[in-house]
Amino acid sequence: MSKKAFSLSLVILAAEILLTNGAHAQARSQISIVGSGTVFPFAATVAERFGKTGKFKTPKVEETGTGGGMKLFCGGVGPKFPDITNASRRMKASEAKLCSDNGVSKVVEVKIGYDGIVIAHSKAKPNFALTTKQLYLAMTAKLPNGKLNTNKNWSDIDKSLPNQPIELIGPPIVSGTRDAFLELVMKPGCAAAAPAIAAIEKTEEAKWKSMCQSLREDGKYVIGSENYNLTVQKLVTNPQAVGLFGFSYLEGNADKIVASPINGVPVSYDNIASGKYPVSRPLFFYIKKSHIGAIPGLKEYARTWASDAVWGTDGILVEKGLIAMPAVERQSSTATINALNELDFSKLK
Amino acid sequence: MIEDHQTQQVPTNWRDAAMQQRIKKRYAAEKRFRLFGFTTVIFALGFLVFLIGDVVLKAFPAFTAAEIQLSVTFDSTAFGLARTRADIDAAEYGAFIKAGLAKRFPEAQNRTTKRELRELVSEDAERVLKAAVEANPDLIGKTKVFWLPGSDIVELYVKNQLNAKGVVGERLASDTMLARLNSAQSNGELRKTFNTRFFSAPDSKHAELAGIAGSAKGSLLTLFVTLLAAFPLAIFTAIYLEQFAPKNHLTDFIEVNINNLAAVPSVIYGLLGASVYLGFMEMHRSASLVGGLTLALMTMPTIVIASRAAIKAVPPSIRDGAVALGASPLQAVFHHVLPSAMPGMLTGTIIGMSRALGETAPLLLIGMVGFFGDIPSSFNDGTAVLPVQIYIWASATERLFAQKTSAAILVLLLFLIIMNATAIYFRNRFEKRW
Repeated sequence: MSKKAFSLSLVILAAEILLTNGAHAQARSQISIVGSGTVFPFAATVAERFGKTGKFKTPKVEETGTGGGMKLFCGGVGPKFPDITNASRRMKASEAKLCSDNGVSKVVEVKIGYDGIVIAHSKAKPNFALTTKQLYLAMTAKLPNGKLNTNKNWSDIDKSLPNQPIELIGPPIVSGTRDAFLELVMKPGCAAAAPAIAAIEKTEEAKWKSMCQSLREDGKYVIGSENYNLTVQKLVTNPQAVGLFGFSYLEGNADKIVASPINGVPVSYDNIASGKYPVSRPLFFYIKKSHIGAIPGLKEYARTWASDAVWGTDGILVEKGLIAMPAVERQSSTATINALNELDFSKLK
Repeated sequence: MIEDHQTQQVPTNWRDAAMQQRIKKRYAAEKRFRLFGFTTVIFALGFLVFLIGDVVLKAFPAFTAAEIQLSVTFDSTAFGLARTRADIDAAEYGAFIKAGLAKRFPEAQNRTTKRELRELVSEDAERVLKAAVEANPDLIGKTKVFWLPGSDIVELYVKNQLNAKGVVGERLASDTMLARLNSAQSNGELRKTFNTRFFSAPDSKHAELAGIAGSAKGSLLTLFVTLLAAFPLAIFTAIYLEQFAPKNHLTDFIEVNINNLAAVPSVIYGLLGASVYLGFMEMHRSASLVGGLTLALMTMPTIVIASRAAIKAVPPSIRDGAVALGASPLQAVFHHVLPSAMPGMLTGTIIGMSRALGETAPLLLIGMVGFFGDIPSSFNDGTAVLPVQIYIWASATERLFAQKTSAAILVLLLFLIIMNATAIYFRNRFEKRW
């Protein structure tokens, strides 16, 4: 190739790239999904199923944590913002405010199923049962008497617990799993350990938060990663530590780790589905309604979820560790998807 | 005086015992040094052989897939009377598979064992059946024997990697599952095939379906953008700085900065890319265009430095000769200096590109780490690249992904070998000697 032809082709290629980019700058043909690491395997599985129907591109799914996903999702309307965010808890009022401040006022909330949060540790150590009260006393920053938490070993809390150091590996602050731990373990634990403090939740919220919703910061709560496989590896190398993550990761690693029963209820699929297991939470995804129509396939993607073959009790997501909703809830979620009912921001906490 | 000195000098007595001792010592030192050098080379080679051998051994099973034989009945009630294209699309092919499996293994009665049955066949089997009906609608209402893609459990079983020992609940397959697999195996209903899917399919959440094609093409597109953006800019920067720029404090300052930029950790370019390309220019997250431009920022200083060295290596006489014969400075550079320096520039470029190929850190920040279930078809499609794919598979729990990780490493190494071989070819083919 002569030098001129070479440089000419370079220029043409460069122009081509810029042109294709220019033409696509306003439109995006691929759905963009962000959000919770707990929902990620389910969303990716559904995205793949949706993509293989061949009518639309397979959505891209990123793991950013529930909080990180909300931040991106509520950033605004337009192709540079994600269309869907996955969440392992409900949207917070503060996030709804961020959304409406940035013009994202119409959002559809879809509940997809349940997840149990498990407290698990390596199989190398014998299993021990825990209660929400014991977990509260192990993890709270301040004890009910107002002093800083000094419990070093599990046996300091209750003689029946093993004499080993308290060390809980949990997810970072953007994680919905951590929020759910505060809501489902710390809150009832606080109420059981110190009913007087639990009673001031409405009247003296700041004080209640510091007593009931603050995790200790003296290294007993170890901040792990959103990638729960890494947490599982850490538990295997350090049998003294216990970890905090979703049920699906327990199922996938049943040969390495074992979960503590909470309040006397062992962790199992049936116990979570029936609501007996106390630490379970609903999972959601949120659709930006104004993107429907602008981004091809958004509605169809949501409808891919609404099938018993996907989120039903024998569906593909149950194989991946999701706890299926009862039939009534599946019907109401399906109705939400079909009618695209908007979420009422004023009802969020 | 000199003669005096010579006559007075005692000739060296090489046979003297002390001298012999010293000579021996010198030779021993040399021998020792050679031995040390040789040992380190052997040591390094040993590591390399171990590393590559380990990867190859682990990767090898990834090139085998499993298929399971199943007789499937296409129940005509599932298709409607008209059997239109829409009917064929809408039919629930999973139900045919379930029925076929239930017929083959009638002992499965309760919910758990039935669910286990479904785990024998891969998700992709539904699409195989659909494609068969689309190609031949006469199949509706008939029964035909198919070789369907097996699930990850079947794949591990045919590779003898399914751990049959251990307590139930702590291993992948239950006793009933193993019994079924054994009976299928002895009836000749399982077979191994070459895993073409690994090379043709994009990533998947189902370990047995995941392939490298998506991220390999993502890498190609990304590198293409990097080359287009970095190469011309870097070459012109190098030519200007080396041949035209006046020598003053400003050019010195620029030179120092370019050298510093080449040493900046790559993750910082990711932050820059995220704020400039995603935030300011509003390009698409995770797209190969953004990835390529970000890597171009990182690669450019490397190419500038290599290109300047190549231009410096061209003897000044060539340039002076051209100017003396009446060429303008521009002609002297473009007709004489640049062609002579080109092989060195290309080598530098390819080495910079090899580094870009193996980079993950800056791509984390622009959203290229995630699940991408399509082979990218444009520069705006979200995609992973090879090293990111390796990272994602390495952190997955399913055992099959461990094999795929090694196989992906092999593919990445192959890419690198091809690029470096091209660099060597350019150097040998076009290099001029003076």
